[in-house]
Amino acid sequence: MSDIAQSTSQSPSKSDQSGHDHHGPAKGITRWIYTTNHKDIGTLYLWFSFIMFLTGGCMALVIRSELFQPGLQLVQPEFFNQMTTMHGLIMVFGAVMPAFVGLANWMIPMMVGAPDMALPRMNNLSFWILPFAFAMLLSTLLMEGGGPNFGWTFYAPLSTTYAPPSVTFFIFSVHMMGISSIMGAINVIATILNMRAPGMTLMKMPLFVWTWLITAFLLIAVMPVLAGVITMMLMDIHFGTSFFDAGGGGDPVLFQHLFWFFGHPEVYIMILPAFGIISHIVPAFSRKRLFGYASMVYATASIALLSFIVWAHHMFTVGLPLAGELFFMYSTMLIAVPTGVKVFNWVSTMFRGAMTFETPMLFAIGFIVLFTIGGFSGLMLAISPADFQYHDTYFVVAHFHYVLVPGAVFSIIAGAYYWLPKWTGHMYDECLGKWHFWLSMIGVNLTFFPMHFIGLAGMPRRIPDYALQFADFNMIASIGGFLFGFSQLLFLYIVIKCIRGGKQAEANPWEGAEGLEWEVPSPAPYHTFSTPPEVK
Amino acid sequence: MDTVCKRTQKPCAASMPRSFPVSEDKRFLLLAGDQKAQLFALLLLPLLMLAQLLAAPKAQADWELNMPVGVTEISASVYNLHMTIFWICVVIGLIVFGVMFWSILHHRKSRGAKAASFHESTFVEILWTVIPLLILVGMAIPATATLRQMYDTSESEVDIQITGYQWKWRYQYLNEEIDFFSNLTTPKEQINNQAEKTENYLLEVDNPLLVPVGQKIRFLLTSNDVIHSWWVPDFAVKKDAIPGFINEAWTKIDKPGIYRGQCAELCGKDHGFMPIVVKAVPPEEYQNWVAEQQAAKAAKTASAAKEWTLEELVAKGEQVYNTACAACHQPNGMGIPGAFPALKDSPLATKDKEGHIRIVLFGKAGTAMAAYGSQFDPVDLAAVITYERNAWGNNTGEMVTPQDIQQHLKAGQ
Repeated sequence: MSDIAQSTSQSPSKSDQSGHDHHGPAKGITRWIYTTNHKDIGTLYLWFSFIMFLTGGCMALVIRSELFQPGLQLVQPEFFNQMTTMHGLIMVFGAVMPAFVGLANWMIPMMVGAPDMALPRMNNLSFWILPFAFAMLLSTLLMEGGGPNFGWTFYAPLSTTYAPPSVTFFIFSVHMMGISSIMGAINVIATILNMRAPGMTLMKMPLFVWTWLITAFLLIAVMPVLAGVITMMLMDIHFGTSFFDAGGGGDPVLFQHLFWFFGHPEVYIMILPAFGIISHIVPAFSRKRLFGYASMVYATASIALLSFIVWAHHMFTVGLPLAGELFFMYSTMLIAVPTGVKVFNWVSTMFRGAMTFETPMLFAIGFIVLFTIGGFSGLMLAISPADFQYHDTYFVVAHFHYVLVPGAVFSIIAGAYYWLPKWTGHMYDECLGKWHFWLSMIGVNLTFFPMHFIGLAGMPRRIPDYALQFADFNMIASIGGFLFGFSQLLFLYIVIKCIRGGKQAEANPWEGAEGLEWEVPSPAPYHTFSTPPEVK
Repeated sequence: MDTVCKRTQKPCAASMPRSFPVSEDKRFLLLAGDQKAQLFALLLLPLLMLAQLLAAPKAQADWELNMPVGVTEISASVYNLHMTIFWICVVIGLIVFGVMFWSILHHRKSRGAKAASFHESTFVEILWTVIPLLILVGMAIPATATLRQMYDTSESEVDIQITGYQWKWRYQYLNEEIDFFSNLTTPKEQINNQAEKTENYLLEVDNPLLVPVGQKIRFLLTSNDVIHSWWVPDFAVKKDAIPGFINEAWTKIDKPGIYRGQCAELCGKDHGFMPIVVKAVPPEEYQNWVAEQQAAKAAKTASAAKEWTLEELVAKGEQVYNTACAACHQPNGMGIPGAFPALKDSPLATKDKEGHIRIVLFGKAGTAMAAYGSQFDPVDLAAVITYERNAWGNNTGEMVTPQDIQQHLKAGQ
């Protein structure tokens, strides 16, 4: 297979210039600006998301510092609210989503045996929109009246009538992020459906490809709803409409219905590709085929379908009618079934395997345990009468951070370690990788586990100051937050070290790893699979 | 703690004029005013954290771990639902993680494990789809029963309308004609770490909601501005207060006592500073209180006819200002640039008296400035406007009387 990858020059007019690959990357900065190469764009996405991860992380540390002790020490409430809002927006739209798109760009063409993404120029555009969108979003912090301060869920009328003037910039930047996501999703679907190698039927696709295909459909279904709801906000703010203003005949609850019709599938957009990554890593390091491949695919599809009929479980306290309350409670509880199937399948894959515990596997195991804990608290939150006590408390904060940080983020890190040898041609430093895992694991639990307790004891979320009975656990959470945050700098160091050198990686550095991506040399050449491989 | 704050703010504090006629908290508004300075101050974060840790006083706190059982039948059944689902999760977790960690220990390559080759089994896959489904059905049944009970607001004995305002609660007893606001009373000095924090820090108010025990109380919730959420954990009542909507909830308290809660929906700057305090008393005591409130209301109406002096109005106005206006316009009348306008030296508060009265009574559409005409009685309104026209160097010497306010209210907008 490796000789296929070498003979990549396809252009007949230039094929007389033999001896070296003239389709290599352009020189200098223009390589990154004009690139249409899926690997370059994947790299751009990954670095961008890492920068955003650190930016949003700094905001989290501002929040944790202010909450270190009761009383106002460091920032004032209006700035605190801007920090919680920006932290959420940046982590969701700037860190987690672009990281998965980056992994999709790098890996999907190589996994399906395609030479590139189906729509390479659009691919370039969908990345390069993002830095401008986030520059605009961040610039609102310096504007008069401050940046968005209404939470990442931006409930009207706090985000319309009562919003700072910078809300217009916020709306524009979210529009840009949405356009970028939709283009990325179209590209993923077009690539997967049209460019698979001969013989790769849908049910032979790697699970990362499957989960991304489903995620991309979710994105196309719900991003326009988000665009619609922020456009309605814009109309309310500037053009005198009253979509969300009760005084003009509008309905503030309509905002929440529309937002969560986008928002709930959105949380699966952030977790389904993670399921895919874990379904690659667990079999690779258990040296055993994934248990229940078909049921994994069906479970992913069921989760995606169910995600459209559960949105109002975020709104149990808005005064839904009893029938609505019951419907959304039952449908939400149902999600536990396919999610459970996935966890059982991973555990069965590990059962009677021959496991080793390199860094990707450690992060994958961390994912399974902690994501499951997040799933349990999710099940508790689904019980609507109990949710009246949990809703908008730190219990919810603990829940969604458990599914997003040791969930989505751990899977991204696991994927990065797993594919770093393929990307860079070098092995990362295994010892430092293990340090990174254990520091992250301790940090993340120290930060988010105590939040379950303070939430149950009655601390509301999004408050800059709190009553004295919450003091001790908040202090622990803050210390954990700093530990977790600074551990990620170690990750940065490990990645840079791996790019600059290290033990040469073989085409397949993992004994148990399977898939087309391991059949091209490491580092992967600039162009791979110009001639499609044969899949049996 | 104190040293830290001083270190970051000393340069600004030194440059501020010190001749404000009103006592105010300089440190509070200095940081609020300059966001860019805050952004830079944040670069010193790790250092600040360390200093805080070293200077931390012994926190006087309990290690509360779990949801309160509460003092109503509903809160007890919610607690039972919570514990049931919790233990179900614990058992499932122990089984799943037990198998996983057992495999991790025994099926590792370093112990010579050879990988098996099985990779599917329709039987177990159906089994672990059906079993969780049955557990969920078992869980849904009691949850549905409790929910139906929570939604039955019929046959109430006391009806109270609760209105959320940025950032306080208003309680109106519909049949008793009692109407008052409930504001946070924790002093700024405690929040800004200049005074020792007391036991009910951030959970204390001037006028608690007083209710009888043993009677079914129906709450009607709405809001005057943004969405708030009224939550008292001990009753397991949390319901959003939404502008333009009336939501219903109810409780029946078993035990006299003081129960505390907080606003649970982000509602702007002081979302963390609008607590709820409910005082549940025996029915006789409640009846006495109702009678007292009604007598006090009659006395207050009489005071509107009295002749007030400028000094009296300014003194009363300062109190009203600090409870109702200072959160946005700040205790020194400087406002927050870009968000809330300054009153000090503003044309409205120094020249345009009519405009000043109108904006206070009827609010300003499209902004956070609410219509206070219906929130306060004419005496308080006259006092606060008079105060604003004479404080912080706005020395107009002008007086607005309760009679002026009544005229404007009668004339309408």
